[in-house]
Amino acid sequence: MTISRDDKMSEYTTEATGTELERRRVGDPIPDPGFPESPARLTDTDLKAERRAERQVAGMFGLAAVLVIAFLVFYVIFPIAADEGGVDVGAVRDSNLALGLTLGGSLLLIGIGAIHWARKLMSSHQVIHERHELRSSDETRAATLADFELGAEESGFGRRKLIRNSLIGALLLLPLPAVILLRDLGPAPGGVKKRTIWDTGVRVLKDRSFEPIRPSDLQVGSLVIAMPESYLDLPDHGPVRQNERGKSSVFLIRMPPGEFRVDEGRENWHVDGILCYSKICTHVGCPITLYERDTHHMLCPCHQSTFNLAEGGEVIFGPAKRPLPQLPLAVDDEGYLIAQSDFVDPVGPSFWEMNT
Amino acid sequence: MTAISARRRHPLAAAVVLFVALLLFGGLYAAFAPESQADVQASTSTQIDEGRKLFAIGCSSCHGLNGEGQTLDDGTVLGPSLVGVGAAAVDFQVGTGRMPAGPPGAQLPRKEVQYTDEEIEALAAFVASLAPGPEIPGAAEVDPERGNVARGGELFRTNCAQCHNATGQGGALSYGKYAPPLAGVEPKHIYEAMLTGPQAMPVFNDNTLDAEQKRDIIAFLKHIEDEPNPGGAGIGRIGPVSEGLWGWLIGIGSLIGAAVWLGAKRS
Amino acid sequence: MSAVVNGAGKLVSWVDDRVTTNNWLKRNIRKAFPDHWSFLLGEIALYSFIVILLSGVFLTLWFKPSMAHVMYDGAYAPLRDVGMSEAFASTLELSFEVRGGLLMRQIHHWGAIIFIAAMSVHMLRIFFTGAFRKPREITWVVGVLLLVLGITNGFTGYSLPDDLVSGTGMRIIEGGMLAIPVVGTYLSSFIFGGEFPGDDAIPRLYVLHILLVPGLILALVTIHLILVWYQKHTNWGGAGTSNETTVGYPLFPIYTAKAGGYFFVVFGVIVLLAATIQILPIWLFGPYDASVVSAGTQPDWYVGFLDGALRIMPNWEFYIAGYPISLNVLVPAVLLPGIILMPLLLYPWLEQWVTGDKREHHVLDRPRNQPVRTGIGVAFITFYLLLWIGGGNDFVATIFDIPVMWITRFMQVAIFVLPPLTYWVTKRICLGLQRRDRDRVLHGSESGVIVVSPDGEFSEVHAPLAEVTAYRLTAHERQAPFELGPETDEYGIPAPRRRGDKLRSRLSKVYFADVVQKPTRDELEMAHHDGHGAAEPHGEIEAGRH
Repeated sequence: MTISRDDKMSEYTTEATGTELERRRVGDPIPDPGFPESPARLTDTDLKAERRAERQVAGMFGLAAVLVIAFLVFYVIFPIAADEGGVDVGAVRDSNLALGLTLGGSLLLIGIGAIHWARKLMSSHQVIHERHELRSSDETRAATLADFELGAEESGFGRRKLIRNSLIGALLLLPLPAVILLRDLGPAPGGVKKRTIWDTGVRVLKDRSFEPIRPSDLQVGSLVIAMPESYLDLPDHGPVRQNERGKSSVFLIRMPPGEFRVDEGRENWHVDGILCYSKICTHVGCPITLYERDTHHMLCPCHQSTFNLAEGGEVIFGPAKRPLPQLPLAVDDEGYLIAQSDFVDPVGPSFWEMNT
Repeated sequence: MTAISARRRHPLAAAVVLFVALLLFGGLYAAFAPESQADVQASTSTQIDEGRKLFAIGCSSCHGLNGEGQTLDDGTVLGPSLVGVGAAAVDFQVGTGRMPAGPPGAQLPRKEVQYTDEEIEALAAFVASLAPGPEIPGAAEVDPERGNVARGGELFRTNCAQCHNATGQGGALSYGKYAPPLAGVEPKHIYEAMLTGPQAMPVFNDNTLDAEQKRDIIAFLKHIEDEPNPGGAGIGRIGPVSEGLWGWLIGIGSLIGAAVWLGAKRS
Repeated sequence: MSAVVNGAGKLVSWVDDRVTTNNWLKRNIRKAFPDHWSFLLGEIALYSFIVILLSGVFLTLWFKPSMAHVMYDGAYAPLRDVGMSEAFASTLELSFEVRGGLLMRQIHHWGAIIFIAAMSVHMLRIFFTGAFRKPREITWVVGVLLLVLGITNGFTGYSLPDDLVSGTGMRIIEGGMLAIPVVGTYLSSFIFGGEFPGDDAIPRLYVLHILLVPGLILALVTIHLILVWYQKHTNWGGAGTSNETTVGYPLFPIYTAKAGGYFFVVFGVIVLLAATIQILPIWLFGPYDASVVSAGTQPDWYVGFLDGALRIMPNWEFYIAGYPISLNVLVPAVLLPGIILMPLLLYPWLEQWVTGDKREHHVLDRPRNQPVRTGIGVAFITFYLLLWIGGGNDFVATIFDIPVMWITRFMQVAIFVLPPLTYWVTKRICLGLQRRDRDRVLHGSESGVIVVSPDGEFSEVHAPLAEVTAYRLTAHERQAPFELGPETDEYGIPAPRRRGDKLRSRLSKVYFADVVQKPTRDELEMAHHDGHGAAEPHGEIEAGRH
């Protein structure tokens, strides 16, 4: 038995628009006066004005052409070549300005000229076009649906459940290779975020000059940005050093004894009032060192988390929650500052496995 | 600030800067040029006397007659002790107009200088006589020409940019405090600020940031201050905030203006 | 036939012979396009996107998307012998060793700023005029996705030079990833190829920035434009326009000249900005170093609201069995974008459901005639602006000398208090404007001329309204809340979906209950009999009854 398209169509032909409210009545309460005729332009009536507009448009296009030539000329006559002492930044500025003004000017003039032409000289009037309802006619809709159902029945997609389900299953599984292929984008994090290269006996070095520090180098109110000596053992190529900068960088400050709180279990973490804290904010990881020596506030410039270094690095303002991790300090045989161990608390932003 | 940075790009600016610099270095040379030992001794002792007088009139009401500082009964520090702060601290505080202090606020702003150069030297000499402390740097120590700009830039970004901004525009600190912008600050005042750590600023003494490194930082700051903006107007050199503002006001503003003209009724 | 037509005709015939183009051309060459200024905002976005594509191609010829560590020895002396990534070094090369390279960089960046700003104002225009209503919901959704993609591409591009400011931005994104429960650490490790910053991020962002995201944008822009073309442009309500017509200038020549000209204007303005205003001087900021930060580090303006949210969020973080739930990061950085995006995407359907209006709309609403929608829009703008200002709180603090902490505290309260307030104020203003429109239609405009009658009464002469104006003020529809039908039908069977309908009816009342309706014909005639604004040539003297 075959089913024809016409049989299907009859099922889908319905009245589609009957139920909708006709809220809008055209001409309520004032009848539409119809589209107003636009008044004549000066250039339509006055030959002189028309000529003038024509000259203006042509002038703009002409000037645009001149500016393009000027661009080419400036490209040549404003060199930015560098000598031994480096590039002359003033020359770069001149080149940038000359090239930009000529190119930008010519583009702008072409644009303004074209619009001016359209507004003053092109004689078109506004046109009114009919709209048609976007939906297809009921007949077409019915025909489409009928065709679809016909096809569906011919394929047996509905009846042959085994085929249908196995196909759906296969298609559902198909994205998995695409996802799994992304696995090797990076290594599993492991515990790498919980460790830094600080360790027992690692010397504290001034950042950039990488000199060791004696306690006497710091006076009350000093701030020293520092890195671990083990940083220098890292390869100079590849990302390792940069990664450690984002994790192991610290700073030292010195406060008068008695002016800061010493927490239980941390009594020997400072050396004569010299404390060492992580430089990485516990909010989202910006390096912080906006140290106010008079209040011992340490502010993060990204989101204004404020840590009180005199109170164990506790947060006194802003979105960070965890206190700034402190690095236990000691002095080695030669009198230089060293770390007692790695950080006890995780450094940087909170992450899922940080307490495991 | 912005007016100054705008005028900095004036063609005459270079000439003016050169002239001012000549005057400045001439003055500094005159001030620091080595004289015969006896003269130095003599001038210093008269300077100290002169300074003591000025101090008694202008500073003692808060800092005490001998710079010992004063604390009210309720614990408010009227003026801290100046014993041991050294000549550098005086030269910085008075030389940038921060002292004598104006009405109390979150911190002392830079303002018009109240004393002449000689008076500041005298005050500095007096305070330095109270106890040894950091000295005013010599002209050579703060000469930007002798510093290494690239190294200074790295040191500046490591030690200073977090508060003063990577281009030295300054920034906000906690509870109304701020790190001031660094453009237009005399090299020796930059040096003295690092050396003495005025107000909330931490100290970078010669053990933690040696004299050469300080000069490198000064060289970097003076270099970027004098360097023209190759891309056009600098709009504060603060990056995205002012760029967004200009993009909206000038960019979108002028384009909407053009659209209004484009669609305006024919005339 | 002129030479121009002859020449063009040959080409058109050649193509038509092969692909029947004239069928389509005949219908479209005089297609009507209105040119009200507010309809050109989307064009700014389109044209600036083209400018970005052009300048971007130029930049790729020099830029090296590599994080390999090099010691700089290029032309810019103040950074010589400073360690940096190749990406940063090649950006310096572009800026200082390629003539016009700095100009192109600045064109590209200013173009991006204008692109996203234009999309934003375009979206606001669509929202406030109701142009998202049926049949344009797909266009709306595509538009919102374009905005999201635009912001994404802006951020990826901003990160590429690997300077101090953009690197810090990337660090903040990493912090946001880490806050995602369970998978956050893995996500970060996969994206950065290990620990932050690693040396994979920039090459990967580069591919997203120049291939994947622009490709998607291009595809969606095409859909967006086809829809606009096919459904024809909307019109403002007024004399001669209706839901069944579209009015405008013919595509050829007026619209071609104006839109084409406007492309050059947009291009020109962006180039002039690039010539005269410096943008992101990375050589002053220096290369990225994960241990270094600059005060006043900010993202580009379109990410500012997220940074503001991060700043004003209280420090809520708790642990479940030792595992952190960092609401202080999750809410602003991960949830907030979704909280903003979902209602934005769904708004056409939400409004459709509440108002029960499923008809096609081609005539735009004046914002005042939809007080609730306009109020919602203004409340959203308020919310967004507050977050935006919060994102620049350090600059607000230094410029206006207000402690930065106060600004944060103020914002924490204001983002909940001010949006409802501005909603309410906007709604009242709209209703007031509606009332004034109604008065003008009924009584004409106030002329400012006071007349004293022989009895000594003062009154103002009201000038009658031009017919075109009066029609424009009444061209909108009467609005009625959705009526909740009877509980049960005539046979006692409970109406289906009763609960949903109740909510819908309540919301619908919120939308329409207060609306000031335009006068009916009877009211109009009454008013005219009363003598206000009648068509008499010199207006009428009133007896001070208003």
